[in-house]
Amino acid sequence: MITLNINKKNYNVDVDPETPLLWVLRDVINLVGTKYGCGMAQCGACVVHLNGEAVRSCVTKVSRAVGQKVVTIEGLSEKNDHPLQKAWIELDVPQCGYCQGGQIMSAAVLLRENKNPTDKDIDAAMAGNICRCGTYLRIRDAIKLAAEKQRKGI
Amino acid sequence: MKSSALAGGGLMISFSCLAEFKLDDKVSGLDLPDQWYELTGYIKITPDNIIKILNPNPEFGQNVMTSLPMIVAEELDADWKQVVVEMGPHDNVKLGPQFTGGSNSVRMYWKPLREAGAAARHMLMEAAAQTWSVPVEEVTTKAGMIYHEKTGKSGTYGSFASKASEIPIPKGPKLKDVKNFNVVRHSQKNVEGLKIVTGKPLFGLDYKAEGMLIAMIEHPPAFGMKLKSFDASEALKMPGIKDVFSQKLYEDGFEQGGFDTRSFNDLLVVVGKTTWEVMKARKKLKVTWEPAGDTKNIMSGKREVVVPGELETTSTQLEKMKEYAKKPAQQLRKDGDPETAFKNAAQVIERTYNAPFLAHNCMEPMNFFAHVTDEKAVVAGPLQAPGWSEPTLAKLLNLPADKIEIQMTRMGGGFGLRAYGHYIYEAALISKKVKAPVKLMYTREDDMTYGIYRPMYTATYRAALDANKNLIAFHVKGGGIPEHAIHANRFPAGAVDNYLAEGWQIPSNITIGAFRAPRSNFNAAAEQSFLDEIAEAMGKDPIDFRLELLKRAKENPVGKNNDYNADRYAEVLKLVKEKSGWNNPENKKYSRGVAAYFCHNSYVAHVVDMIKRDGQPYVERVFSAIDCGIVINPDAATNMVQGAVVDGIGNALYGGLTHKDGAAEQNNFHRYRIIRMHEAPKKIEVHFVQNDIDPTGLGEPPFPPVFGAVANALYKNTGNRFYEQPYILQLNKTSRA
Repeated sequence: MITLNINKKNYNVDVDPETPLLWVLRDVINLVGTKYGCGMAQCGACVVHLNGEAVRSCVTKVSRAVGQKVVTIEGLSEKNDHPLQKAWIELDVPQCGYCQGGQIMSAAVLLRENKNPTDKDIDAAMAGNICRCGTYLRIRDAIKLAAEKQRKGI
Repeated sequence: MKSSALAGGGLMISFSCLAEFKLDDKVSGLDLPDQWYELTGYIKITPDNIIKILNPNPEFGQNVMTSLPMIVAEELDADWKQVVVEMGPHDNVKLGPQFTGGSNSVRMYWKPLREAGAAARHMLMEAAAQTWSVPVEEVTTKAGMIYHEKTGKSGTYGSFASKASEIPIPKGPKLKDVKNFNVVRHSQKNVEGLKIVTGKPLFGLDYKAEGMLIAMIEHPPAFGMKLKSFDASEALKMPGIKDVFSQKLYEDGFEQGGFDTRSFNDLLVVVGKTTWEVMKARKKLKVTWEPAGDTKNIMSGKREVVVPGELETTSTQLEKMKEYAKKPAQQLRKDGDPETAFKNAAQVIERTYNAPFLAHNCMEPMNFFAHVTDEKAVVAGPLQAPGWSEPTLAKLLNLPADKIEIQMTRMGGGFGLRAYGHYIYEAALISKKVKAPVKLMYTREDDMTYGIYRPMYTATYRAALDANKNLIAFHVKGGGIPEHAIHANRFPAGAVDNYLAEGWQIPSNITIGAFRAPRSNFNAAAEQSFLDEIAEAMGKDPIDFRLELLKRAKENPVGKNNDYNADRYAEVLKLVKEKSGWNNPENKKYSRGVAAYFCHNSYVAHVVDMIKRDGQPYVERVFSAIDCGIVINPDAATNMVQGAVVDGIGNALYGGLTHKDGAAEQNNFHRYRIIRMHEAPKKIEVHFVQNDIDPTGLGEPPFPPVFGAVANALYKNTGNRFYEQPYILQLNKTSRA
């Protein structure tokens, strides 16, 4: 039995310790906001936070998450009001929406470290997240808008 | 419902949306009142004035969950804030054709949804008039309220919903003047936005059911191969594994409909409790594959199609295309006397363009849930056209169509691939075999190597100029594996006195299907690059040159059946010229490329502005002008156009799937390059032509001309013309040289 702390809640799961965290979240714990896109850390659809750092849950063994704090898109904010979530809605970013959870989770780490990211900072932080619908311009704008919301506390 | 195929590959479906019926209420998971009164098939209203509108059409990111209900709300005269939207059930009788494809969603539902909204509004007004004993002509509505001015009476829609639901649905209700719209043409936010950004279950892969198993399919490693034998003993010992078996998709002699695709007929299936357990067990399979040889498919009408067994390799395919290009081809259109014109020409320009297979690479790989019992089948997942899969599902499962329930989930992309039903049939057959609810899932590798690609294309264009540099003849000869891309009646047909279009094709076992703006996505690259070169040879500005041709096509069209409107075509070119500051000297710092194209009844022109960044060409900004008639949801429409531009840049520069001995050489995103944040433009300015024409397509039309505009900008940026896609191959060659 493995004990995991996900979105501030403890879960006991009976899985092979080699299992990628992604599949434990999706198949066992029923948190499906973290998406499967490639299974090899190429697309970023599965990004979660492990002790605050962005990791690709598709290549992160569940054993690595033991004793750590895992945050998924479902736990990013308590009232669905993270500045990024608000900005994403304000600018109506998503098209199909499949990659957007991963995009937001990557952006959240950037915003925590960098209160006023430039285009170059955004390029570097977001290069690992693919959006097949091509919403990159709006993602960029939404990150800047969220940064502004964060700075102004709105 | 009637349906008929249109020339050009479209499908026109007419249906009556206002048949009188009662819809089963399938509300679930929503915290809403349970007392709903139904007014037409699309609308339900509660006594406390909550208005629910069903979205009939599958959602794959084109935002129909929002835009289609907006059309209903507009004619209903509802307050958009009162509206809740729900995905409709699959029911082609009650909710129309229900397919997403051909940029048809808004176009085909425009009139029926307006009528549904207007009819319901009329029923509510009638109910109020009867209650108040006043003439219905004196009753007015506004934002979900009904008024009678003379008596000062008023009430909510909800307060009359019960009575209104008993009133017969009127035929041909009066529609609003488009000038008075206050929901449509006003930007409304994605109704599923909050669910998306908070990770709620929406997609097929998120679907769960009690006791559900996970299934995956091991398909042959190459096109032209099939399953010979397998040893599952090790795989079956793996934890969580329930079964390993082979299963035929179609039995011998099965008559396939047009959308009953499949790349491989013998499925090797692994079923287990969880995704990871199945993935691990697959690695323990010992499988022997063998060449399939030539095989025969039986298409509907007992038409036999031979699929060649050769294990194909891209370099050999390219050689083969060169050979075929020299052979006589099928004549698709001829105006004047092109042979003589070319013979007498002072100058002939001839260029050949090639493009590879493209994989759709939807972010959500193919998957489907199925629970099949002896009595019925429930299937749920992402698909673009449930009505096209249902008859085949019924045949394969030996169940009547009314015992098949197809639920449409949100799709993580589609791009045409999800119009095809193979993965639904596979899921259903697997569920039937293991007698349990099953979710079939393709891994990224399964998805990318399975087939149903954009075809591999080539086309040779020739232009004849006379001594005064007038364009006197135009010839296009296109081919492809396994089909060509030529649209013979499109521009510049109709604008040149002597014109010839020809096509040829090479059969293949590599399967193909619709890919965002089928055929157009190649034509617009080749033809629009070629026109740029002709303009240059003539010493003309590329926009002015196109406008001259369009003027000719309008004033004195050559031939018949020119399937574009020269005025609307010219309009988008003029608009993009103005908005991009085409002649503004300040923009000289950019390498500028222009292209325009017509498809799916809409007109699009782009100007692509390229710079060099770290020594590499980079698209810094794009200006787009579009005529798609009335725009339902302007900001969402802008988003879709911006996305199409990014998708176009990405596929033009990086997209391509190659084969070696039948095996795809790209199987995941480490080998198949997708455009990323730092490669996308910083700005895409979208301008819609303002008119009151009924809406036409928007998901596809902005995509094709991007390829041509990028090629033309690359020429300005590098001094080289680009004839081979993806353009990155040539860029890498020249930067190495």
